Amino acid sequence: MHHFENDISIVFGGAAGQGVQTIAEALVRVLKRNGYYVFACTEFMSRIRGGSNSTEVRVTARKRGAYVSKIDFLVALNADAIDHLQDRIGETTLVFAEKKHLEGKDISGFIDTPIAEFAEKAGSKIFSNTVAVGIVLGLLGISIDAFSVYLSEQFATKGEDVVAKNITAAKLGYTFGKETAAEKRIEVTIDPVEEQPGELLIDGNTAVGIGTVAAGCSFISSYPMSPGTGLLTYLAHNAEDFNIVVDQAEDEIAAINAALGASYAGARSIVTTSGGGFALMEEGVSLAGVTEVPVVVHLGQRPGPATGLPTRTEQADLNLTLYAGHGEFSRVILAPGTFAQAIELMQRAFHLAEKYQTAVFVLTDQFFLDSIAAVDESDIVRLPLERYIVRTDEKYKRYSLTGDGLSPRGVPGYGDGIVKVDSHEHNESGHLTENFELRRKMVEKRLKRLEYLAEEALMPELFGAAEAKNVVVAWGSNRGVLEEVIDNFQRKDLSGLHFSQLFPLNMAVKKQLEGKHIIVLENNATGQFADLLIREFGVPVSKRILKVTGEPFSVEEVVEVLQEV
Amino acid sequence: MIVNPFDMQVKTMGWCPGCGNYKLLDALKEALHHLALDRRNLVIVSGIGQGAKTPQYVNAHMFNGLHGRALPVAMGVKLSNRNLVVIAESGDGCMYGEGGNHFLHAIRRNCDITVIVHDNMVYGLTKGQASPTSRLGMKTSLQLNGVLLEPFNPIAVAIALDAPFVARANVGDGNQTREIIKQAIAFKGLSVVDIFQPCVIFNKENTYQWFKENTYYLSDDYDPSDRRLAFEKAIETPKFPLGIIYRRDGRELYEDMLGITHTPAYEHTVADAAFAKMLKDYT
Ligand SMILES: Cc1ncc(C[n+]2csc(CCOP(=O)(O)OP(=O)(O)O)c2C)c(N)n1
Repeated sequence: MHHFENDISIVFGGAAGQGVQTIAEALVRVLKRNGYYVFACTEFMSRIRGGSNSTEVRVTARKRGAYVSKIDFLVALNADAIDHLQDRIGETTLVFAEKKHLEGKDISGFIDTPIAEFAEKAGSKIFSNTVAVGIVLGLLGISIDAFSVYLSEQFATKGEDVVAKNITAAKLGYTFGKETAAEKRIEVTIDPVEEQPGELLIDGNTAVGIGTVAAGCSFISSYPMSPGTGLLTYLAHNAEDFNIVVDQAEDEIAAINAALGASYAGARSIVTTSGGGFALMEEGVSLAGVTEVPVVVHLGQRPGPATGLPTRTEQADLNLTLYAGHGEFSRVILAPGTFAQAIELMQRAFHLAEKYQTAVFVLTDQFFLDSIAAVDESDIVRLPLERYIVRTDEKYKRYSLTGDGLSPRGVPGYGDGIVKVDSHEHNESGHLTENFELRRKMVEKRLKRLEYLAEEALMPELFGAAEAKNVVVAWGSNRGVLEEVIDNFQRKDLSGLHFSQLFPLNMAVKKQLEGKHIIVLENNATGQFADLLIREFGVPVSKRILKVTGEPFSVEEVVEVLQEV
Repeated sequence: MIVNPFDMQVKTMGWCPGCGNYKLLDALKEALHHLALDRRNLVIVSGIGQGAKTPQYVNAHMFNGLHGRALPVAMGVKLSNRNLVVIAESGDGCMYGEGGNHFLHAIRRNCDITVIVHDNMVYGLTKGQASPTSRLGMKTSLQLNGVLLEPFNPIAVAIALDAPFVARANVGDGNQTREIIKQAIAFKGLSVVDIFQPCVIFNKENTYQWFKENTYYLSDDYDPSDRRLAFEKAIETPKFPLGIIYRRDGRELYEDMLGITHTPAYEHTVADAAFAKMLKDYT
């Protein structure tokens, strides 16, 4: 008897090129259509073929957005997958694989599953992925209808024959799954929820992309670098429908400078990159600071230093963005925790960049960008597209000293004025100057907006009771694990605070933290956000829960650490 | 006296007496005036260096950016509002050294931008080190035994990349310089104009006299559309040909390849129907 209730973790493992991600995508879509909460995340090696990759699909009775290390069903497409995931195979794990992949291994939950044989029966080995999804649906006891529909849609362009063969493969797998479940008494009970009619199933890249389009972005110039490339690709796909200029730059330095040129001419512009590419952009960030030209930077983090682990996840570039660029100027750092939040925060990023004429950084990471989850359409916020561009007259001065530090922003070709922006220190008209007093005023002007930005800064999201003595702080992609852990404990003395704005911080947060036992959870080695909290609020941080393996936190490991608190 | 609308009242200029930059500035402003350009639609982008200060002294829009980075900025401007006339201007160090990669790729893209290079064969602003175009053997404060490396040949490189308009001028001849700049700006596509100009302080070798003696004008019957011939001219030394060395009309603009409309980006809106459709694709 194998019983699984309300929270099941299904993992597909195989080599790059075997399509574990494709399987997972198909499965989550079909499960979602059947009214289940699904969440999927992927880990893969930095290679195109071979190696060992896996995707985890969670089916849960409550909405979840975190990685778990436990595996209930493992569908292994090759022998390496079993070795690769060895540490996560527990006593209750059922491993579905062909017998030959098991040689020399002692796994109690092994179930001989002739995936390739079924695929060949359907016509070719290439249908293995379809068989795998069929098996899982059979095991879960979920109708295959939605999968058949999915296959018909997916392969419509490839002709009826391909559709028919896929459906045959799916059914073979499905029957096997059903029979196995009956024979081995595998029982899965998950209360389905009513499917929201307007629910979107998307990955993190798409969420960031939707938000960027919604923000009225009309220019991106970027250089490919995982995991930042997804946004560039997303906008390329949508360029025509939304009049977005998509340019593949010759390098990251070109990218940010092009984005600044575009913004100077009136575009809402963005660059997307990862740590290494961003490091190259730093002088450009400083240029945005001195010229007061708005720009949004999406930084999809991966582990460094240098090339690090190209396809894995980390949150170690907070300090990089916090201190990026020489000289002193304002900036904003945002880090979404959910896809709905990513859609909203991208719009907010452009809004703040334009309103406060500054650089805004949005930090995501590989885990976030490659995860898949559902978003209710009603949770998708559209912020009004407010432009802060003025029509200039002949007396226009780009850097007029207005007292509040913000000069009306004109763009070339709109009005009779001349718009001069300058990377040198400059006077009100934008001409280089070495006047000491002007210099002092201009520095002050560029920093003053930090006050307004702090006042407008987003407050963190609270999980659990506000009075709880112990508060776990997380940021960005760790929202899912934070929420689930706090939920699991149901302790009155333990709460969670998730920050989606990292800088500047809202001063009101200080009150929430004062007198508390603060525990900071982040995917880096030193606790960069913990240090920032100490710097900004002077509050002590009692504990840092850190991880640098290149994997996201699992719910289990965080629970284990917090048990001691 | 006819007033040039591009003239600017500037209290102090950042150039040394006798600097070739003054002559280039005059030629440029005259060219702009002759072309009857509307300064409200003219953007001059520059990098950092002595030559890169030029737009500080022209009454037109300016983006005086970073050392080496004029070209990406100029492209961003052009692609966001193609109604603007865009000039990118800087020194040889800025364009061919620090910004060398951008130079190559700007040519490959072929936006309608005029690239003006103040080629004084030395780093002026940083006090006289060798530049990519410094002649072999020139002694400097840093190249104590003389420049060891073969000079970069911008004309040959531009033609190799099929830049559709490649010209060279010598500021010693203001009128010809002006005429060449005029043609470059009027040209639809990326035009490269490498302009010889002396640095009277740090380059004692390549003086007004030297440029005069070591250059000649291409004859009237020279055919700039012949790429092979143009390349031959490009690698000619020691006497450097002046004028339009290569010209190929009709090369497709990057703006057109991307399907960019004449609506400036500051008027960009998000079509609600398209947005709703995009979301629907994910349900
Ligand atoms: C990133 C960066 N590196 C170096 C410099 C210093 N720098 C300023 S101008 C310049 C070279 C100037 O030579 P060139 O571009 O030929 O212009 P010129 O002054 O001769 O007109 C250098 C090295 C800088 N400003 N920025």
